[in-house]
Amino acid sequence: MSGLIKWIDDRLPIVDAFEKHMSKYYAPKNFNVWYVFGVLSFVVLANQLLTGIWLTMMYTPTAEGAFASVEYIMRDVNYGWLLRYMHSTGASMFFLVVYLHMFRALMYGSYQKPRELIWIFGMAIYLLLMAEAFMGYVLPWGQMSYWGAQVIINLFSAIPGIGEDLAIWIRGDYLISGATLNRFFALHVVALPLVLVGLVILHILALHEVGSNNPDGVDIKKNKDQNGIPKDGIPFHPYYTVHDLVPIAVFLAVFATIVFFFPEMGGYFLEKPNFQQADPLQTPDHIAPVWYFTPFYAMLRAVTFNLLGLSSQFWGVVVMGAAVAILFVLPWLDRSPVRSIRYKGMLSRIALTVFVVSFVMLGYLGTVPTTDIKTLLAQLGTLGYFGFFILMPFYTRMESTKPVPERVTTK
Amino acid sequence: MKQILTALILVLVPVLAVAAGGGGQLDNMEPDLSDKASLQRGAKIFTNNCMGCHSAQYARYKGVAEDIGIPQELYEENLIFTSSRFAQKMKNAMPGEQAEQWFGVAPPDLTLTARVNGPDWLYSYLRGFYKDESRPLGVNNVVFDNVGMPHVMVNKGGLCAEEPHIGAEPTVDPATGETVNGGVCDDWAIEGSMEPEEFDRAMYDLTNFLVYLGEPALMDRKRIGVYVLIFIGIFFIFAYLLNREYWKDIH
Repeated sequence: MSGLIKWIDDRLPIVDAFEKHMSKYYAPKNFNVWYVFGVLSFVVLANQLLTGIWLTMMYTPTAEGAFASVEYIMRDVNYGWLLRYMHSTGASMFFLVVYLHMFRALMYGSYQKPRELIWIFGMAIYLLLMAEAFMGYVLPWGQMSYWGAQVIINLFSAIPGIGEDLAIWIRGDYLISGATLNRFFALHVVALPLVLVGLVILHILALHEVGSNNPDGVDIKKNKDQNGIPKDGIPFHPYYTVHDLVPIAVFLAVFATIVFFFPEMGGYFLEKPNFQQADPLQTPDHIAPVWYFTPFYAMLRAVTFNLLGLSSQFWGVVVMGAAVAILFVLPWLDRSPVRSIRYKGMLSRIALTVFVVSFVMLGYLGTVPTTDIKTLLAQLGTLGYFGFFILMPFYTRMESTKPVPERVTTK
Repeated sequence: MKQILTALILVLVPVLAVAAGGGGQLDNMEPDLSDKASLQRGAKIFTNNCMGCHSAQYARYKGVAEDIGIPQELYEENLIFTSSRFAQKMKNAMPGEQAEQWFGVAPPDLTLTARVNGPDWLYSYLRGFYKDESRPLGVNNVVFDNVGMPHVMVNKGGLCAEEPHIGAEPTVDPATGETVNGGVCDDWAIEGSMEPEEFDRAMYDLTNFLVYLGEPALMDRKRIGVYVLIFIGIFFIFAYLLNREYWKDIH
């Protein structure tokens, strides 16, 4: 065995790579439960890739055959239902863990210098994930697949001048059709996963270059022992590899509970109208995106007024786009001298709370039909969402922060 | 930490929330797929009364027969009326275009109807027909207004003269002492060959079968799920102990 490893290592630096990224990658020893969502996204990514490959073997990417082929997987393929539920549950769980992972970064300032690139790669992954999930949702070719795609692609036609042509270019047709399905299939199973995996690698390479942040926001590289090893750092392998097994088991238990007992999750993971084949002549009563898009959908609908001679729909799209775009510049909005919320002032705590409440409220509002009061709430939520970012340069400088300890603390 | 937990709970709300279900009053129907006799009776009713017009094109006779425990010969003799083979899909003989001319709308495929509408809706719909002379076929339905489908099982279930009480709790009128909303229907326009309770039971069986038809995996997945969770539980114990051993000396 060691002979084989040496033979390979003489030709490919595997020992070096293992040490750099695992056994001699020193991570802070004070990680708390919020630090598991990175590895959990990795677990879900693996699940999506594997189940996706097997689903592709049985799926038919045509408007005529797609819906029936999904039912074929559900009925005639041995354990096809399991593959399909693992994939559909995985899509929702991916967003759940990624949202919690992002929230962790917001809490502990993990996006701050020198981790700006890690954050930007992460946001690119998130953006791509949204495209991946959207296109994947079209593939079963149910009513919600069809009409959801119709609504989202029509957003592009709100862009003045080029909008209509752009929407036709994306669809490959004048309305959502088999042509759209085929290109979405190609993008969903080949193009986007390739880029996604590439970005994940960049995300981790950038992380391992500068080192992990921690709940205290303390830079552990400032305190090294005589061997140059951070005093508060422990080797990722074996300490965190075994440490992560415990939450992975808990996560798998939750995952399996959904897959085996609540695969539709009350219509939030698999929407009821999607058990009806796509029918271009029959619009469903209520078109709602899947839960992970609803905060942005609510912001889109919150814009109800025309401005500067442009339609409210156009401004809705602008707001929705801005809501994602603003995430990318976050590292330069935070002017606080400290990273972690533990040592930031009251204003930052209030801002983060407002942000979370706004985001969750928008998420709920996006799932239900609009009323006057709900539109007003969505507008308030939109202000709360953007307020968190736009006011950040001011409140992070104004507030007084608490002193950051020299070494990490463990509670 | 408390704040963090609160935040976590807030973020989890959309995931943990379960839809309250569609609007309107419906009778509750709890499917029981372990009741093979009910599923077999349901399959019989489905084949005799529904499959004349509706297909179940994503299901196969063979799969249904095996899942609900009807031997092949028995199934072929009694429950396949077309020239279909046992291993083929459950399509019906009625051409879609003509069906549309006869009923105004082509009868929908019923394979997934339980997943689209839910068991409560189906159970209520099947028992919700009443006499309405303003409609072309003389019948209407309380949960599906202006329904295009005739009341196929009128001979067995009868036809209510007024809107049947679907989703209403039976109450006792304090003035007269009479039970109000006790049965589904107070006044029958046509009496059926079955007693109302008997017909309700039959519609329960039919709904039960449709729930099965919508998701055959439901027969297995919960049972398998229990074993998977036990396995993960054992894995958790080992992971926990391994972690404790490694982290002993980290302070």
